[in-house]
Amino acid sequence: MSAESAPVFALAETAPPALRERYLGATLAAGLIAAVVLLPIAVVVGIALSGSGEDWPHLVSNVLPQSTGTTFVLLAMVAAGSASIGVTSAWLVVAYDFPLRRVLAWALVLPLAVPPYLAAYAFGEFFLFTGPVQTLWRALFGFQTARDYWFPDIRSTTGAAIVLSSVLFPYVYLTVRVVFIMQGRNIADVARTLGASPSRVLFKILLPVARPAIIAGTALVLMETLNDIGAVEYLGVRTLTFSVFTTWLNRGSLEGAAQIAMVMLVIVLGLLWAERWARRHRRFHGARSTHMKAHPPRVRLRGVRAGLATVAVVAPVLTGFGVPAYVFAGYASRRLEQLAEPALFDAFLTSVVTAGSAAVVTVLAALALVNATRLSRSAAVGALARLASSGYAMPGTILGLGLLFSLSRIDNVVDALAREHLGFSTGLLFTGSAAAVVLACSVRFLALAEGAIHSGLEKLPPHIDEAARSLGHAPGATARKVLIPLLKPALFTAAVLVFVDTVKELSATILLRPFGFSTLATHVYENASRGVVEDGALAALLIILTALVPVVLLSRALMRDAEATL
Amino acid sequence: MATLAMPAQADGEVNIYSYRQPDLIKPLLDAFTEKTGVTTNVLFLDKGLEEKIEAEGANSPADLIFTVDIGRLSNAKAKGITQAVENETVNANIPAQYRDSEGHWFGLTTRGRVVYASKDRVEQDTITYEELADPKWKGKICIRSGQHVYNLALFASMVAHHGEAEAEKWLTGLKNNLARKPDGNDRAQAKAIFAGECDLGIGNTYYVGLMQNNEKEPEQKDWANAMKVLFPNSGDRGTHVNISGMALAKHSPNKDNALKLMEFLASPEGQEIYAEQVFEYPIAPGSEASDIVKGFGEIKPDTLPLEEIAKNRKTASELVDKTGFQDGPAS
Repeated sequence: MSAESAPVFALAETAPPALRERYLGATLAAGLIAAVVLLPIAVVVGIALSGSGEDWPHLVSNVLPQSTGTTFVLLAMVAAGSASIGVTSAWLVVAYDFPLRRVLAWALVLPLAVPPYLAAYAFGEFFLFTGPVQTLWRALFGFQTARDYWFPDIRSTTGAAIVLSSVLFPYVYLTVRVVFIMQGRNIADVARTLGASPSRVLFKILLPVARPAIIAGTALVLMETLNDIGAVEYLGVRTLTFSVFTTWLNRGSLEGAAQIAMVMLVIVLGLLWAERWARRHRRFHGARSTHMKAHPPRVRLRGVRAGLATVAVVAPVLTGFGVPAYVFAGYASRRLEQLAEPALFDAFLTSVVTAGSAAVVTVLAALALVNATRLSRSAAVGALARLASSGYAMPGTILGLGLLFSLSRIDNVVDALAREHLGFSTGLLFTGSAAAVVLACSVRFLALAEGAIHSGLEKLPPHIDEAARSLGHAPGATARKVLIPLLKPALFTAAVLVFVDTVKELSATILLRPFGFSTLATHVYENASRGVVEDGALAALLIILTALVPVVLLSRALMRDAEATL
Repeated sequence: MATLAMPAQADGEVNIYSYRQPDLIKPLLDAFTEKTGVTTNVLFLDKGLEEKIEAEGANSPADLIFTVDIGRLSNAKAKGITQAVENETVNANIPAQYRDSEGHWFGLTTRGRVVYASKDRVEQDTITYEELADPKWKGKICIRSGQHVYNLALFASMVAHHGEAEAEKWLTGLKNNLARKPDGNDRAQAKAIFAGECDLGIGNTYYVGLMQNNEKEPEQKDWANAMKVLFPNSGDRGTHVNISGMALAKHSPNKDNALKLMEFLASPEGQEIYAEQVFEYPIAPGSEASDIVKGFGEIKPDTLPLEEIAKNRKTASELVDKTGFQDGPAS
């Protein structure tokens, strides 16, 4: 808590009773949201506790040491990979001018549109023995078989780290770029005029300033990594998530699987804690109100250095977006007749409607949570908000199971009551409709929306709502009339992140969907699971395109926002 | 919008929860609808199908459960989400070895877990599963994940035949003979043989048919043509087979229609459509495999009861972990 934000809270502490009641409302709302998120997690904990532990001797001696080790190695590699790509590219596009910079600045967000499971598949096609790269390699050097030469294996922990970093680094890029633009440049310009070299500016000034943003972005990347099953399964990397599924499906022990999921939950709570801890000193307000109209220009790079900078920024775009798009476009181009199939259009529509609904629900819930934490300083509310973010921690299928068991229980109780007292059957209200899928995505991605709104709020100077409050507005009205309009960019970012992730979401969707409910992701999956990903290529491209539109809009909005403040 | 609609439970419908991909069973279901006027709804899941039905309880819309592996069928029965069926037509068409003794599940088709061998680099035309652990194949075998249900069933049959200790030794031998880490699907093994990455692959029969007939990606025909199908142990106990099968859900809301579909699927007519589409072996007496499948040669299925295999799956899965099978060859 920094000194300058104290007054607003001091006001809160001396607020008259009427205002306190409003805080109570906000707290209750936060409690309710947290309860909805915690319900499925509690169910999974219950399953874990109901287990006898008979699987543990095997898990402890043959599974956990290896899969925990692999998980941590993977997390470390992905953290290093995505953070270095994200920070380097953000620094280059903010501090320097070089060919294609303007295009690349928003193109760097494109990989976000590619689901990790599709990226893994595309990388496999591209880099494996039979792919274009190695085929060319063999043709060039006259090799015949795999035994004739060495080539890095994409089906390895390192390979998985490369795949995941390639598509997840935009989380870091997005958060870090904003910091570099909003604050870093002003400081950096001062430092430069005092004679500091660009690299000295980066290491001594920009990186320390951006540290919280780097950690926040990386935490998101790591949570996605921990959650991933599609990519690691395809690449044969045995993470904890992989063990969850083997234990459940192949050894018939849902209890053992839930117990491993608990281990993962602990790791994610640690990540969430690290992210909060990193953000605790993060105060960026002032940028909007104190921006300089006449800012010094970016350093213009020339010659070799300009070329190197362009290559350094083009490379992650080509890897994270170009390779998957190339592979799927190839397959899709031979299957254009699928465009006429109503099933594909239906799946597209379902994806858009589901993702749109999930985005609205999630942003509203996140806003309520953020508002509650802002108004009430109580540790309990803070803890509730943190817990409400833990849905992001659970593998989608495990979370889906928790929701399935709890929602169907509710469905059946409601149905029994209706039958008894009203004389008709309500059927399965949640689990028989799309509501369960929307809820699952909201629960899973609440952390994303909450994080985006939270950082948006922190960028606002506290005296804005102090002013509103001193002019007699109650906290609720302050939020409506002052905060929400100012938060629009953050709300938009939150909505886009949830929308894009819902379009990509697969595991919870596939478990919770009712008859006739098919999204682009499930469409791809149905083909992939019978070994013909190529037949799902068009749907895969549509996923990328559907996610792409909001991603581009987001990227452009951020650019405009940034240009306006500079 | 249709996609957000509630599941229909009206007359004239049957709801299928399926581990089988919708595209694969669609021609079969279309033929059924054409014949009976009953429409079908398919929900595809590959994880948690049994849990879903269990959670939905008495309100579950599920009528029939379709699966691709014996383990799932016995799991469904054990969870109490199926009901016994005593149907003359079904019993007459499905031989007893492919039926649950209490009528809770029925096999529909079988597929052999065979050896794909390079036409150029492998001379022999017979092989046994046991032989795959022979050091002469060092660095030459490709296989998909050891934790995949198809491989687990095969490994479980090795446990059933030879006991756990022998099976572990065998699995270690197989692991040491691998050309690379276990990965990809069965088709990827054929592709690897074609590309020279390995000489032997383990895969299901029907993938060969699917590749031979792939007009969209014609290079897959080359993969299929680069290999021959060897039926392991055809000289002794027979080749390991798994089934695709079905069960009637305990709370089936459209039971009559579900039984109608069961009878159709068990009939030689339904069986042949299935066999033609997915290149599996029909099991009703008198129904024939597709010409492509017949082209692989005669299969002699291992007569080990499927219930034995289901029983040993957990041990097989643990052995895969224990031997470090997923890490591939040691060196």
